[in-house]
Amino acid sequence: MAQWKPDPTFYPSPRLAMLGPPEKLAYVAAFNPTKDGRPDRMTVVDLSPASPRYGTIVGKIDMPKAGDELHHFGWNACSSALCPYAPHPHVERRYLIVPGLRSSRIHILDTKPDPLNPKIVRVIEPEEVFTRARYSRLHTIHCGPEGIYVSGLGSPDGEGPGGIFLLDHFSFDVLGQWEMDRGPQYLAYDFWWHLGQDTMITSEWGTPNMIENGLVPELLLNSKYGHHLHIWDLRRRKHLQALDLGAEHQLVLELRAAHDPTKAYGFVGVVVSLKDLSSSVWVWHRENGSWSIRKVIEIPAEPADPEQLPPLLKGFKAVPPLVSDINLSLDDRVLYVSCWGTGEMRQYDVSDPFSPRLTGSVHLGGIVRRTPHPKRPSVPLNGAPQMVEVSRDGRRVYFTNSLYHAWDEQFYPEGVRSWMVKLDADPAGGLKVDPDFFVEFDGYRSHQIRLEGGDCSSDSYCYT
Amino acid sequence: MNEFWPWVTLFGLGAYHGINPGMGWLFAVALGMQEKSRRGVLDALPPIALGHALSIGAVLALVWLVQAALPPKGLRYGAAAALLGFGLYRLIRSRHPAWVGMRVGFRDLTLWSFIMASAHGAGLMLLPVVFGWPQQGPHLSHAGHAAALPPGAHGLATSEPLTWLAAVAVHSAGYLIVAGLTAVLVYEKFGLAMLRRAWINLDMLWVVALMASGVLILVL
Repeated sequence: MAQWKPDPTFYPSPRLAMLGPPEKLAYVAAFNPTKDGRPDRMTVVDLSPASPRYGTIVGKIDMPKAGDELHHFGWNACSSALCPYAPHPHVERRYLIVPGLRSSRIHILDTKPDPLNPKIVRVIEPEEVFTRARYSRLHTIHCGPEGIYVSGLGSPDGEGPGGIFLLDHFSFDVLGQWEMDRGPQYLAYDFWWHLGQDTMITSEWGTPNMIENGLVPELLLNSKYGHHLHIWDLRRRKHLQALDLGAEHQLVLELRAAHDPTKAYGFVGVVVSLKDLSSSVWVWHRENGSWSIRKVIEIPAEPADPEQLPPLLKGFKAVPPLVSDINLSLDDRVLYVSCWGTGEMRQYDVSDPFSPRLTGSVHLGGIVRRTPHPKRPSVPLNGAPQMVEVSRDGRRVYFTNSLYHAWDEQFYPEGVRSWMVKLDADPAGGLKVDPDFFVEFDGYRSHQIRLEGGDCSSDSYCYT
Repeated sequence: MNEFWPWVTLFGLGAYHGINPGMGWLFAVALGMQEKSRRGVLDALPPIALGHALSIGAVLALVWLVQAALPPKGLRYGAAAALLGFGLYRLIRSRHPAWVGMRVGFRDLTLWSFIMASAHGAGLMLLPVVFGWPQQGPHLSHAGHAAALPPGAHGLATSEPLTWLAAVAVHSAGYLIVAGLTAVLVYEKFGLAMLRRAWINLDMLWVVALMASGVLILVL
C-alpha cells in the first residue's frame, strides 16, 4: 500500500543522504560452503554501538532450498524513486531482492514487520528467470527508473551472453531482457549508471562455465576473462562504446559511479594484470561526448615464499593484491579498495579522481600475512578484506572476507573462515579497526553487506 | 461573481496540477541542477507547460466534438463514468508511466509532460467545470434538457470554440505560474530537503479529486 509521506530513507541527493541517521542494522548474505544440505541464509548484524548485542548476529532467515550461493543483493526501492521523470516516492524501501549466484533463484525478503527476522514473501524459481529473461547466475541488483535491474553472468546453459534484465517494481515479476542492442558485449558482471547522463556502465567477469569450477589458469593466461567496460544509452537500451583496458588486465569487476548526477566519471577495479600480478583501479569519464578510461591506481604484488602460497600461485613467488571490491563514499571523495590477496583495506582520497592519494590502510588476514583482529590477537585470520560497504555519512566501513566458493578454495585452500569487521574512518583520512566489532558466521561464509536504510552502493540520485 | 467562478476554478485546477512535483516543476529543478543554472529551470518550463496544455486541450477537444453528437445526459453520464472509472483504476493501480531520461530537449519535455498529464487524467478533472457551463441562453443547443439544470446555472458558453481555447489558456496559466514559482523557489531558496517532509502522496488526493469530479458532474 502506498504511503502518505515519502519513505524517510529516500534522499534527493547524496549530500542529503550523508546527513541521515547512522545505521543500526546490517543485512549480510551468508552461504553454506559444505554440501550438507543446509540452505544459505540472510543474517542480521547489530550495528548500534550502544546495544548489548553490538557486533553480533541478532537475526537470520534460511533460504528454502540448499545450494543458492547467496552473493550480492539489493533493495526493491531506493532514492532513485525521487527522480523527477517518474517519481514514486511513496513506495517503501522494504524488500530485499536476494538472488542465488549459482542457482539463479530469486528470493524476495520482507524486512518490515520484523527487521531482525525478515520473511520470505516470494521465490522466483530459476526456470522462470531462464524462460523470461534468458539469463542465469544472477549477480548485481539495483533499484532504478524502470524497475529493479538484475545482472546475470550468462545464458541458462552456462555460456554467454550475460546481461541485464528487469523485475517489476511492484509485483517482482521477471519482465525480460533489458538490452535492445547489445553490440559486441558478451561477458557480464556488474552494472551501474549515471542517471544524470542517461548512461549505463557494465563490466566483465566470465561466463558461468569459465568461473563455476574455479579460476581456469589457461583462460586467464590467454586473456579470456573480461577486460572491457561497456557504455550504454540507458534510455534507449543501446550499446554505445566498448572501452578496452588491454588484454593483460583481467577481471574487470566492481563499478562505482560518482554519486553526484552531474559528474560523468566513476571507478572500476581490475583484479589482476598478467604482466606483473598487480591490481589496478581505473576511472572512466566522458570527454567531448565520448567516453574513455584511464588507470589511476596500481597496487603491486608482494614477493612471497612459495611455501606460504597456494598451488595456483607457487610458481609466481608473489602474492597478488587481488582487488576484488571497491566502494566510493557518498561525497565522491573517498575510495575504499579491498586487496583480497595481500589482506589490506586501502583508503584513497579521490577528490581529484585522476590523481588518488593513499590516506589510510589496515591489514587483516591475507594469503601470507594472516593478520589477526585486535579482538582475537592470537588467531591468525584467513580470507581478507573483500565485499566492502561504507556508511552513508562515510565514517564507518564494514567488510567481509569470502569471495566466491570455487575461488575461495584456490586462494585459501584450507577453507575461508568467515568474518565481518568494522573500521572507523576519519573523514580527513585514516582508518582504525574497531576492536569490539568482529562477527563470525558459524561455518557459513559471509558476502555482501547491505546497511539498513541504504549505503554507499545501494542508492542512486537525480539531484545534487 | 457568477460568470467568474468557472474561470477561477480552471485557474485553481491549473495551480493544483502545477504544485504536483510529478507534473513538472521538479523536473525543471533537476534540469537546473544538472546545468548548474537557473536558466536550466526556466528553459524547462515552457515545454512542460505546453505538454500539459496539449493534454488538457486534447480532452476538452474530445468533449467538444462528442457533445455535438451525444445528448447532454448521455455525455454527462459518460463523463462521470470516465472520471469515476479512471479514479478507481488509479486507486487500484497506483502506477506511473515509465520514463527514463534526464538529457531531454524541448520536444522530449513536451512529450513527457503530455504523457504525465494524460496518464494522471489531468484533463478529466476539468470536466465538472465544463459541465457546469450553462446550457441556456443564445448558445443553447439541447433546449429540451435545460429543465434538468439547477435554476440560475451560470458560466461560459459551451459551443464557442474560443471559450474552450480560453479555458485551456486559463488553466495552463494557473499551471505555469504555480509550477514556475515553485520550481524557482525550490531551486533558489528552499532546496530539496523539504521534499522529504512536504511531498505528501498527491496521487491519493488526485484519486479523490478525480472521483469527486465524477460525482460533481452528476449533481451539478
